[in-house]
Amino acid sequence: MIEPTTQKPLSRSEIPLWRDERVLRIAAQIISAVVVIGLIVWVVSNVVQAATQRGLSLGFNFLSDSAGFPIGETVIPYDPSRSFAYAFLAGVLSTLKVSIIGVILSTILGTFIGIIRLSSNWLVSKLALAYIEIHRNIPLLVLLFLWYSGVFLQLPRVQNSIVWPGPTFINQRGMYMTWPRLTSTGQIFLISIVVGIVVALVAWVLLSKVQENTGRSTYYGWVSLLLFILVPVAGWFLSGGNPIRFDVPELSGFNFSGGLYLTPEFAALLIGLVTYTAAFIAEVVRAGIQAVSRGQQEAARALGLNYRQILSLVILPQALRVIIPPLISQYLNLIKNSSLAFFIGYPELFFIGKTTTNQAGRALQVILLVMAVYLVISLFTSLILNIYNRRIQFAER
Amino acid sequence: MTTTTQTEVIRPPESPGLWKWIRENLFSNWINGLLTVISLIVIYWVVTTSVRWVFFAADWSPVLTNPLLYLVGQYPREELWRLGASLAMVSLLLGVSWRKWGGVMRTFAYMYALFMLIGAFWPAQGETLTMPMRIFFLVNILVTLAGYFLARVAAIRSAYILGAWTASAVISLILLSGVEALNLLPKVTTGLWGGLLVTLILAIGGITISFPIGVLLALGRRSSLPVLSVISTILIEVVRGVPLIGILTLFSIILPLFLPPEMRIDRLLRALVGMTIFSAAYMAENVRGGLAAVPDGQIEAAKAVGLNGFQITTLIVLPQALRAVIPPIVGQFISLFKDTTLAAGIAVLELLSVGRSILQANPEYIGLQTEVYIFIAAVFWIFSYLMSYASRRLELALGVGER
Repeated sequence: MIEPTTQKPLSRSEIPLWRDERVLRIAAQIISAVVVIGLIVWVVSNVVQAATQRGLSLGFNFLSDSAGFPIGETVIPYDPSRSFAYAFLAGVLSTLKVSIIGVILSTILGTFIGIIRLSSNWLVSKLALAYIEIHRNIPLLVLLFLWYSGVFLQLPRVQNSIVWPGPTFINQRGMYMTWPRLTSTGQIFLISIVVGIVVALVAWVLLSKVQENTGRSTYYGWVSLLLFILVPVAGWFLSGGNPIRFDVPELSGFNFSGGLYLTPEFAALLIGLVTYTAAFIAEVVRAGIQAVSRGQQEAARALGLNYRQILSLVILPQALRVIIPPLISQYLNLIKNSSLAFFIGYPELFFIGKTTTNQAGRALQVILLVMAVYLVISLFTSLILNIYNRRIQFAER
Repeated sequence: MTTTTQTEVIRPPESPGLWKWIRENLFSNWINGLLTVISLIVIYWVVTTSVRWVFFAADWSPVLTNPLLYLVGQYPREELWRLGASLAMVSLLLGVSWRKWGGVMRTFAYMYALFMLIGAFWPAQGETLTMPMRIFFLVNILVTLAGYFLARVAAIRSAYILGAWTASAVISLILLSGVEALNLLPKVTTGLWGGLLVTLILAIGGITISFPIGVLLALGRRSSLPVLSVISTILIEVVRGVPLIGILTLFSIILPLFLPPEMRIDRLLRALVGMTIFSAAYMAENVRGGLAAVPDGQIEAAKAVGLNGFQITTLIVLPQALRAVIPPIVGQFISLFKDTTLAAGIAVLELLSVGRSILQANPEYIGLQTEVYIFIAAVFWIFSYLMSYASRRLELALGVGER
């Protein structure tokens, strides 16, 4: 016969220290913190020691020195007498420029390819698949080299430029596009466009609220569209009827002047980034649309919604919830991938960093600064998009 | 009597003919018809232009004359037998795995044989590929077949095959780098390694070493201990927030600072460290996804059975989590494989930079960049596509998301 256990449960004080989970948890955290801090101290002290031994300076005061190197193209006016910090800023702005344009264009191209991938036309769908498979399986760097030295550097000389409608002139030195520019009274027109967008948005929000609350149709779509068109039209007449002139590139001497000029480096980088990222975005968009079950569409039709309503009220809101998170990471990839411009010589952040290292030494400080900027851009982008993402997500029940 | 009428009644419907298929899939309405015609014109234009360029206009001499450079870089030609020995090991094990696992391995074996055939009959214009090498490529096909039949006669356990793969990787590395003390195996500095060899070493080494680190980081991030979880999260997010080329540059600057000047740490190792750290952060996120997929009930049941925290993690959670993350890890391997090109930025001679240095070293190749880059793009495409195909097969075989 087994004796019934008379042992009473252990009280807190009787548990040995090495088996007490609370003690173990705290101990594990202290140990890991000590290890990590120790590692950081060890790395930093080693680097500092090695640097002082080799006579390398570890300060950041070189940033105020004159940079002394020219930069091929910048967003802000720059000349070599400016400081390193200013050159660095120019690099950051170039990175932002190519990233923002790249994100917009690759979203458009990627959505387009993702949608035709779902086309009921077999041939068109397979063409989209071919595009996606080709771009996803080749390194971006190889694509960039192909665009840069395979296409842009093989273009004809200035005298034999390729002419596209517009006119756009394409030659070894880059692309010269006809571009709309504001005339002296153009400001009024520009402001009227902004006002038009704001007024249209306000009308959209207010009238759709009214419709939701009262059930009366307020035609908010049409009203906003009308406002969006009418206000700029008024601005057009206010500005004297000619707010925009077209800046047409012209051959003067051995080069073109006027128009919008894209260097071959920028054009190759932009095209490479956009075509590459678009292939990934296309897959994201396709998966997002496919994630909305067909029944949703049929149910919406059964309720009597029209095609536009089905798309905007049923399919898109659900597809976007699936699309946005991977889309965010594609945008971040594009921003980080813009650093590959270094290989083809477009002077963005990383390229300027390398040039600064060649010019002033201080490789460590420069690379840390460069990394910090990328980190801030990445974290900021994911923060904004995550806030947006949280707003459109379903509340889980 | 009745049977004949019955058979007439239940005769299967007309099999969809070619015309019907075309009508339904290409010309279902006028928009689709228009799209089909436009697509056909585009395809015709692309195909004829590229065929004309590839076979008539392009000058493939910078690609054809230097196959060994693309394969192994400057690896001493008199020491190539070491690479041959490693290759023979791979052939044998591939044959054994083909018989054992079939499926993906069979495809790999076919493609491997195809690569060997291409190597054997490479239309080289220079004298770089000698006759013994070409014969050796053909022999490798036979070795693969030998491995296949070996596994057919003798049942070999999967664990042994996996062990043999690991051992062959270690042996290959020792063979390739040589041992200081042995006269037979003089040291070959990694500065001489190059081409596809380095690309594969960086990709395979990076993903293998980053795997345990990634698992630890993922466990750390999900840990209930705040200090551990904060440290892991910061590490993962910082690495994921910066470009790979930046990490590679940082490590190529920092690592030499640690060591005394006479002990130069070689470039390949610097690149490998950078790739590993970079890959570990992404690996951690993949593994974390797998960890999240393990239901809480599993952990609660394990606790109820009386397992401790360590046992729960290693015996219950990880085995289930890791099975779910094999496909994303293959995906990560493909992008790491493509990312090895960035090592060109810190003067590592991988496939792409070999191509670039061939272009720079030979003035007669000026203007032939397109040919070289197209060739390199094709090599990367074939490898990546094969792996993504394997990943799709693996996903089906594992039944991820079905259980």
